[in-house]
Amino acid sequence: MQNEPNKPDHLVVVDTLEKRYTKGGVPVFSDISFSIDRGEIVCMIGHSGCGKSTILNILAGLESASSGQVSINGHTIRGPGLDRGVVFQGHALMPWLTVEQNVAMAIRSRHPGMQRGDVKNMTEHYLGLVSLKEAMHKRPSELSGGMRQRVGIARAFSTTPELLLMDEPFGALDALTRGVIQDELLNICAQTHQTVFMITHDIDEAILLADRLLLMSSGPNAHIAEVVQNPLPKERSRAEIHHQKGYSDLRNHIMDFLVQKLNLKEPKNN
Amino acid sequence: MMRRTDKLKGFALSVLLTLALLLTWQYLTLPFETHVGSSSAQNAEYEMLMGHTPATQQASHNFPSPRQFAVDAWQELKSPFHNTNANNRGIGWQLGASLYRVLIGYGLAVIVAVPLGLLLGQLPILRAGLNPFIQILRPISPLAWMPIALYTIKDAEECGIFVIFICSIWPILLNTSFGVSRLRKEWLDVARTLELSWARRLWLIILPAAAPTIVTGMRVGLGIAWLAIVAAEMLVGSSGIGYFVWNQWNNLSLSNVILAVLLIGVTGMILDTAFAALQRSVSYAE
Repeated sequence: MQNEPNKPDHLVVVDTLEKRYTKGGVPVFSDISFSIDRGEIVCMIGHSGCGKSTILNILAGLESASSGQVSINGHTIRGPGLDRGVVFQGHALMPWLTVEQNVAMAIRSRHPGMQRGDVKNMTEHYLGLVSLKEAMHKRPSELSGGMRQRVGIARAFSTTPELLLMDEPFGALDALTRGVIQDELLNICAQTHQTVFMITHDIDEAILLADRLLLMSSGPNAHIAEVVQNPLPKERSRAEIHHQKGYSDLRNHIMDFLVQKLNLKEPKNN
Repeated sequence: MMRRTDKLKGFALSVLLTLALLLTWQYLTLPFETHVGSSSAQNAEYEMLMGHTPATQQASHNFPSPRQFAVDAWQELKSPFHNTNANNRGIGWQLGASLYRVLIGYGLAVIVAVPLGLLLGQLPILRAGLNPFIQILRPISPLAWMPIALYTIKDAEECGIFVIFICSIWPILLNTSFGVSRLRKEWLDVARTLELSWARRLWLIILPAAAPTIVTGMRVGLGIAWLAIVAAEMLVGSSGIGYFVWNQWNNLSLSNVILAVLLIGVTGMILDTAFAALQRSVSYAE
């Protein structure tokens, strides 16, 4: 941050993050620096164990880095806050609350003192975005995995965060459901110009959603090996993307990268 | 879920068992043949002197028959709240006295154990530090506290309440701290990202999440309290259903003893059923 003045369109600046669990030990990752522009969707992709989730948790303020810092709007973050919304890997809905109450809890936290009726309208609006208005009186245990994750997304959007953080949000879903929700997510992001930082290990998902991809090398001591700008136009759709020019090249490039990184590790195992 | 027909069959079986029980009771308390007729004249005179005439034999039969019990029980239940003097109070009055003691002692236990348990659940060091004390104090029979309580507290009424308190506090405390410590990290992470105040975090996340375990602990605690109060009242009471049992035993009024024992069971069941309903209302499926 000192070297480079904070440009107004950089919403998030991540500066030389490092995480190590033992003093003097090998860090899980180090020298992680990147920025996210307003309205941009950035995907981090890499093998498990490279500390992706930890990086996301540091951005969320739920974990702390060993060194380095993260700033949003020029303010260094010091803990979790309502300026960042999190969609958790395992939905993290409160099972004793209905769908409506789960979302309403987030809205009331964002707008303390809001009238009961307004909270209800707003809840319905956000549940409508993920087409779950009909299920609003159900409890999470009565919903399918995909529906639960959609409630999680509605809850995260309902606090109108500056930055939306998603940790492999569709990892546990079947391919069909995943596709439907990905489309929904793209739609909502396009409407709201939401800034998103997302973690995935699904290449197609990354190409579909991300404007920019951060490729992580394998851990320990992982770092950002490559930053790929998505050459495909911003209006992408799941139905057509694989016919678009440049899609296969990008996909092959990422695939090669991931396989190469995996091969590099293999001699150790054999 | 049980099917409806199965429920009906179960109910029919209960009715049958009740009838069988009554019949057995009736049979065992049949007036047996006295030896008056067959014994010698000398013996007959002796029996007469001892008051064992056939007539009295019938009345002071060792154990009341179901019919005798029904008559005596009705006599007692007709005016459950009569209060002529300290030694002659109605069974409803006595039951009320016991329930009142449990209400105070158990209520205090809940007031102390739930907040303390919430604290212990969130502070592993405090939990580890207090654990040996809890583990030693927990298995102590409530009545073993009685002499210490009587010496220090002196007042019999307060002793009874203390015994209830000390025996029902442990399951509530342990269950509350267990329920809170087992809370899923994700839920707390949600609370943190939503910047919930500690009060809202407690009210919206921690309490509802741990409620099923807390209520289970309260249910167990109440069961123990109800067991303990009867015993405690037999020892020191001047009122209460436990005192009533002991008093009626001294009066050799076995009908009243049976009635009281049944009432203790029914009351315990009603209390437990109420807590089972509470448990259902706070439980959730993950």
